[in-house]
Amino acid sequence: MFQKILIANRGEIAVRIIRTCKRLGIKTVVVYSEADKTSLAVEMADEVVAIGGPTAAESYLVQERILKAAKDTGAEAIHPGFGFLSENAGFAEAVAEAGLVFIGPTPHAIQAMGDKIESKLLAQKAGVSVAPGYDGALSNDEDALKVAHDIGYPVMIKASAGGGGKGMRIAWDDDGLKEGLVSAASEARSSFGDDRVFIEKYIHRGRHIEVQVLGDSHGNVIHLGERECSVQRRHQKVLEEAPSPLVDPEMRAHMGAQAVGLAKAVGYQSAGTVEFIVSQDKEFFFLEMNTRLQVEHPVTEEITGFDLVEEMLRVAYGEKLRWSQEDVTIDGWAVEARLYAEDPSRNFLPSIGRLRRYVEPPLVEGVRVDSGVREGDEISMYYDPMIAKLVAHGRDRAEAIARLQQALDGFVVDGIGNNLVFLNAALANDTFRSGTFSTAFIEEEFAEGYFGPERTDAVVETLVPIIAAAHTIRSLRDACLSGQMPGQSWRPSREWVVRIDRKDYAVDVIPGDNGCTIGWNGASLRVTTDWAPGDRVFQGHVDGRPVTAQVVSTGAGYRVSHNGAAVALEVLTPRQAELAALMPIKEPPDLSKFTMSPMPGLLLRISVEVGEEVQEGQEIAVVEAMKMENILRAERRGVVKSVNAEQGDSMTADQVIVEFE
Amino acid sequence: MLDIVKMLEEKRAHARLGGGQKRIDAQHAKGKLTARERLEVLLDEDSFEEFDMFVEHRSTDFGMANQKIPGDGVVTGHGTINGRLVFVYSQDFTVFGGSLSEAHAEKICKIMDQAMKVGAPVIGMNDSGGARIQEGVAALGGYAEVFQRNVMASGVIPQLSLIMGPCAGGAVYSPAITDFIFMVKDTSYMFVTGPDVVKTVTHEEVTQEELGGARTHSTRSGVADMAFENDIDALLQVRRMMDFIPSSNREKPPSRPTADPADRPEMSLDSLVPENPNKPYDIKELIHKVVDEGDFFEIQPDYAGNIVIGFGRMNGSPVGFVANQPMVLAGCLDIDSSRKAARFVRFCDAFNIPIVTFVDVPGFLPGTTQEYGGIIKHGAKLLYAYAEATVPKVTLITRKAYGGAYDVMASKHLRGDVNYAWPQAEIAVMGAKGAVEIIFRQDIGNAEKIEARTQEYADKFANPFVASSRGYVDEVIRPHNTRRRLIKALGMLRNKQLENPWKKHGNIPL
Repeated sequence: MFQKILIANRGEIAVRIIRTCKRLGIKTVVVYSEADKTSLAVEMADEVVAIGGPTAAESYLVQERILKAAKDTGAEAIHPGFGFLSENAGFAEAVAEAGLVFIGPTPHAIQAMGDKIESKLLAQKAGVSVAPGYDGALSNDEDALKVAHDIGYPVMIKASAGGGGKGMRIAWDDDGLKEGLVSAASEARSSFGDDRVFIEKYIHRGRHIEVQVLGDSHGNVIHLGERECSVQRRHQKVLEEAPSPLVDPEMRAHMGAQAVGLAKAVGYQSAGTVEFIVSQDKEFFFLEMNTRLQVEHPVTEEITGFDLVEEMLRVAYGEKLRWSQEDVTIDGWAVEARLYAEDPSRNFLPSIGRLRRYVEPPLVEGVRVDSGVREGDEISMYYDPMIAKLVAHGRDRAEAIARLQQALDGFVVDGIGNNLVFLNAALANDTFRSGTFSTAFIEEEFAEGYFGPERTDAVVETLVPIIAAAHTIRSLRDACLSGQMPGQSWRPSREWVVRIDRKDYAVDVIPGDNGCTIGWNGASLRVTTDWAPGDRVFQGHVDGRPVTAQVVSTGAGYRVSHNGAAVALEVLTPRQAELAALMPIKEPPDLSKFTMSPMPGLLLRISVEVGEEVQEGQEIAVVEAMKMENILRAERRGVVKSVNAEQGDSMTADQVIVEFE
Repeated sequence: MLDIVKMLEEKRAHARLGGGQKRIDAQHAKGKLTARERLEVLLDEDSFEEFDMFVEHRSTDFGMANQKIPGDGVVTGHGTINGRLVFVYSQDFTVFGGSLSEAHAEKICKIMDQAMKVGAPVIGMNDSGGARIQEGVAALGGYAEVFQRNVMASGVIPQLSLIMGPCAGGAVYSPAITDFIFMVKDTSYMFVTGPDVVKTVTHEEVTQEELGGARTHSTRSGVADMAFENDIDALLQVRRMMDFIPSSNREKPPSRPTADPADRPEMSLDSLVPENPNKPYDIKELIHKVVDEGDFFEIQPDYAGNIVIGFGRMNGSPVGFVANQPMVLAGCLDIDSSRKAARFVRFCDAFNIPIVTFVDVPGFLPGTTQEYGGIIKHGAKLLYAYAEATVPKVTLITRKAYGGAYDVMASKHLRGDVNYAWPQAEIAVMGAKGAVEIIFRQDIGNAEKIEARTQEYADKFANPFVASSRGYVDEVIRPHNTRRRLIKALGMLRNKQLENPWKKHGNIPL
């Protein structure tokens, strides 16, 4: 086995690779950019080499520096992780030329699978089912109509030179096709300078399912089952699971055989992924092959027991696969949630800054956290906003989801906007739980973004006993204050009103050992917990059911989050609650009328004047933070009412720069 | 006997109604609670003992003789907050608009005198149209009687004012003397002269809210310490704050048990101070991570943000925190921040609350505005306050401690008891760049030389070692150990005894 390898990556995946190397006794070298100088990966590696500036183009993409670092440190092989240089055939070749081992497939395989048309032809040849379509550019409408009739509606019109969703149209009938051809061609011309388009079968409500393959340099290839990756937001995966709720054993064998066939056809000898688009009635078509480790690889590891990084290292070293296809069994279910530094309430804008609090969830059975950060780290704008992955394994899908939810409830992240609450809400969604979703899941279920949970009775029912118990524990402690007046009979109240959104939930509480008994709605609930004032994570049992929640004291009240619900509330005595009901409702200011600085920084430029009419998306101002310019754009059309700051002003977060009428 | 009891009950019921149901409804319609309702929220359940429920005014002019309401517009007495004794008065706007008569003032004076005798705080809830004009000079005399007691009580018992309605003219001076002023947004205002007079005299058009509302006073004038959304919020926050404050200057501040370990490390503090000395960071993160349970009660959060003040607990015992905030004006000292911190330091000193100071100060804010505004004397207030304070003083320099501002911020020379520094601390007369431009003036223009000199100066002074070699810094500590070290220092200082020379009083540069 290798003695020392270099990891040409950063963040969570670099840490992930180091972990396996440590277990196998392989020394690790990590290259790092200026921005990652003090990262967790750098701390954990045996050796580190600085390779340049903070942007990827100055560091993680500079092949010569990485190769030099490998030579200088005496590393025998390079693991590219994912992203950056992982699917760069030229780099794989350069590694080989430098006399080192590229821990991944051959340059030929990367090359072949990297080309959309070539990979499709290869797949077809290897007997993989490919979406029916016309693989040449269309010369006229009649050709197009004929092709469309051959493959049947709906069809997708795609730009030959396309990418990123540009020049794509869906047509459901002849009229739609004609219209779509014109607009797709003109969009393709303006985007790519090439107006050629082709037609392909469109899979309505399709699902994204992929098969993990693993090959060695001796011609053996096996597959490790599929992963369901349909829960995506703008092509960014959010939740992944293995196996897929749609796939049955027969289908799995079919998909697996095709994936293995394709891998064999290109002489694939590492971990790779064959992606399929799958219709709700289980028709599947080849999409593309990813010639690297996938972000979501842990779900496969959890259900198969494989360590994919270890297998990659072994096959790269020239070892034979230690398993045949029959040895691969699927044990239970695994679900992964990706924690992004993105604010769902601000339309998933990436959020940067210092991770003020970062505490991974307390031990939950079957839960694994793959992370590349520590509390106090800076989340920069230079790299992907994913900061950690949570993976839960269970006997079945329901158990895996429940464990994941519990872990998410106990995951503390402060200082930057993040999608924790959103992840939990997605897991709690009925469509997700039914397993009948498609890639349109997030668009359909969370159309306007995500602004927090609905106050359903179910949400309240879980929150009330938690907060009643916490508040009781705290008031009993507060009653131990020194300097009390003697001879008085005062004790903390036993009756409390939990007030959420001006709605009152009255409880009476009998404190006991390790918790209390809560009378609520005629029922009596036993809450046990060892929560103490100041603890952020509340863990305990409500009537024997385990619960995890987060409790933050906000002065006069609390903020509690649990199961995708984050709620501000107060706990009052009955009389206080009666009087609180008399307080006026104050409308919060309409923030859409303002452009505010999203972070502390320097106001570089104001691009609009009072009275100016601005269009949605127009630049309003530029704020420099951490030497990066952040362009603030109009969220909607409007007229500038006032400009409240001047060029050169230093901004605080949420400071108003421009107000609209 | 029974008849008398029955009569008593009737009289009580009558008194409790104040100005009557109609006026109570009007008070509610304005979004305000009544005087008695406020007491119910503020005090522990059933702890209120009322004084002088049946006091009436004695004026006869302008038809007042037959307009008498028991209690005369103010509810007074005592009760407890988390079991601890407090005296309270709560002005009743439903009775003569809460206006202050001679008898009304006497009721307030009575509980203040009691509070002084037994050593307990006074909390006043102000909601009054002003002096009762029908009484003329008698009402004015009443105000002055209250002022005199406020002054005598200052530094002896904590005094807290809640402004929960109008408070104008002479009425503002009682709260002004008290230790803290809390206001309620949209329903309270304070000013010496109202918008009408302002318009007549200066032709300025201004609304009550703009002139003296809670936002104005908590962000611009600094008169108010806090502004809250409504009566309930304000009263609950008073309850919270009272837990940090001793009942009088004869007592230690109240302690309570905590499950938060005294030796809790905070590894992320090691990366709190950015490598670039010009990059700001949030000093409140340090405060939140070292106090018990992350519970910090910030005072004046929206005013002079370049300094942060407030109460927290360390190992169960209250501490006053003063900290330069690099996020605002780079944390430099100016007029507003000096006054804000000076008053807080004096409060802590008066009431035996140890002071923990976090220093990251590049100096005083330069400029004509500051000099014309008298920064010399205002800055000296903070210096004076720290120098005279005899409570335990623990100081931690997190990054910059430059120039005169270093001296001011609870330095060793001002009787700092334990002065720590983090490894990144720079204690110097000024930053390296500025210093080199003065010392090596002849080399200006020679960029290479200047750079070398700057490096030389930085190597020599941009560290905590020069100061620690002189004993100005007692020890350089690792950031992640800060909580443990502060608690140890405070524990060591628990029985500190230090007295200033006898004097009638000092002459702080007011």
